Amino acid sequence: MSISVENLSVAYRSHRGDVTAVDNVSFTLADGEIMGLAGESGSGKSTLGNALIYLDPRMKQIGGKVMLDGKDLPIADSRAMRSLRMTEVSLVPQYAMSALPPTRKLSKLISDLLKSHGIHNRDEVLAEMKRRIALIGLKDDVLSKYSFELSGGMRQRVTIIMSTLLNPSLLIADEVTSALDVSTQRAVGEMLLEFRDRGFIKSAIAITHDLAILAQIADTITIMYAGRLAEKASTDTIVNEPLHPYTQALIASLPEVGVRYDQGTLTGIPGRPPSLVNPPTGCRFRDRCPFAFAKCAETPPFEEIKPGHQVACWKVTEEVK
Amino acid sequence: MSTLKVDQVSKLFRATSRGGALTPALRKVSFELNQGEVISLIGESGSGKTTIGKVILRLVAPTSGTVTFDDKNISTYSAHGLRDYYRNVQGVFQDPFSSYNPIYRAERVFELLRGVYFHKLSDKEWREKIDAALDAVSLNPGDVLGKYPYQLSGGQQQRLLIARALLLEVKVLVADEIISMLDASTRVDVLNLLVKLKRAGLAILFVTHDLSLGNYVSDRTIILRHGAIVEMGATQKVFGNPQHDYTRMLMTAVPELHKKWKHTPLGAVAVASNGHAVATDVIEASPGGPVAPALAHITLLDELTHTEKVVKRDFRAVLGGTRKVSSKSAVAVSLEPPELHEFEPDHLVAEPE
Repeated sequence: MSISVENLSVAYRSHRGDVTAVDNVSFTLADGEIMGLAGESGSGKSTLGNALIYLDPRMKQIGGKVMLDGKDLPIADSRAMRSLRMTEVSLVPQYAMSALPPTRKLSKLISDLLKSHGIHNRDEVLAEMKRRIALIGLKDDVLSKYSFELSGGMRQRVTIIMSTLLNPSLLIADEVTSALDVSTQRAVGEMLLEFRDRGFIKSAIAITHDLAILAQIADTITIMYAGRLAEKASTDTIVNEPLHPYTQALIASLPEVGVRYDQGTLTGIPGRPPSLVNPPTGCRFRDRCPFAFAKCAETPPFEEIKPGHQVACWKVTEEVK
Repeated sequence: MSTLKVDQVSKLFRATSRGGALTPALRKVSFELNQGEVISLIGESGSGKTTIGKVILRLVAPTSGTVTFDDKNISTYSAHGLRDYYRNVQGVFQDPFSSYNPIYRAERVFELLRGVYFHKLSDKEWREKIDAALDAVSLNPGDVLGKYPYQLSGGQQQRLLIARALLLEVKVLVADEIISMLDASTRVDVLNLLVKLKRAGLAILFVTHDLSLGNYVSDRTIILRHGAIVEMGATQKVFGNPQHDYTRMLMTAVPELHKKWKHTPLGAVAVASNGHAVATDVIEASPGGPVAPALAHITLLDELTHTEKVVKRDFRAVLGGTRKVSSKSAVAVSLEPPELHEFEPDHLVAEPE
């Protein structure tokens, strides 16, 4: 098992008190699994991803633990994490397109990066970098270019190669396809699959709000709502037989190629997610949920109702029983 | 019945670096937008789709070609005429979060209009007008009026901007990627709103890179590539039976929920002893003959193979044939777009480039 997260809670400090952006989250990731993490803006998906690699000073871990390859991952201890970043856990940040500094050529940037991580066999690593660059169909003169000379898709792909250069066990890919055109999205998505298949990364968490992309690249999909996990299951199950009312509404609101307004109107989800400053008690989707009933005033547990299918919803739990 | 007509519009941008090279953002683009019609303008980044919107809104002047609204060339408008033009044609842009000034309340976007267009209205009439516009975009006045932008969701902000355009009773709306920054759950509401407005007679130019969104709302579709139209026609025809290779490639790349991409593993890469990958270049051989001075090589990223290729472009046609191109690297575009021919009624396809 690549990574297991147990009851992890992460809060942001604010002058109105702590805001728990990730609330009591548990999941596991198998070796070779690409897990898609989807949710609306503000659902805590990026916070969860970031917490696994770098808790910035505004964030603090208020509970739970994380195991990576059977060892404790000390996410609250930034100094201990330092030696694990890039080698064991790596991140492709949101807006990776603007993550490359404009004043350094890529080759210089990469050797600086390797130096600061104490990597000694730099020539070998650079040769591997060139091989991977060629593998995805870019010319290796990209290394002698500045980041602004590359197109968005090329920058995104170079950033992914850089993050995965030391074959990390876990890659956190935060919105890597969001700012790209469809054809480039596809190239980046397939690149993630390819890197997993070749063992460059053992497992990955792909964070995005775009379920259609996840349907292409993810093995499992986890849906997050207002800081909590709502549902986790295999991609096919989430797409075809979702159980949580939120997942169902989310899937129903996606237009598909070939569907036009005069052939059937899609519906959105009325209302908006609750504020996390003073979150309501019980199920957080309650106010927008068409099936809400009395029991929803209590917090539903995130439990496995079928093998490999976890849901946090009272209605679903009752129907199963 | 008002019509917006874009006729042979080209736009060249001159880069400030790279020796002032010229980039063709639009190459002789022509189409008509009629009342009650939604046209989706689909293309990838750099295809010129936003530039078309800006030309129509007179934010950018075309290098050549004209835009006419009700048979009047929009470039001839005086300040006063322009004010009337903006009563009829308005735009809503991609990022609602930066369309508002965060230190003022959100409804300031309405108040600014009142000063220009509606200073004769009494407070009561004005209030009724706002309520009607908000009602048209399914917003509850109590939810949005008096709020600051950060208190509104992206979908609410975007609908408020559409309401602003409706206040003016516009005939044409340029909607530039208005959905892309919204969450899936609010996206559909904005899309359905566009359909509702279209039924009420509004003409909408829906600029997007998302094919499924374009397909959902539009009557007609235009596919743009490198500033030129490669395929246009009735949406069902273009989506149902795409003819141009580029359109087909876009269709296969669209992520769909119920259909997986066909993933073919990449081949092994040969590595020379020095660690360099053995290059397999795909640069096209230039057709014989010496290169004319106004021609130059430009590098394009090929969307089909994701490789770069160097192509030659002849910009002389757009520059009027006689204008000299200053440096050797600066160039060139022919801006002759590929020719369109009729594949079937209401479905035009360009020759391969």
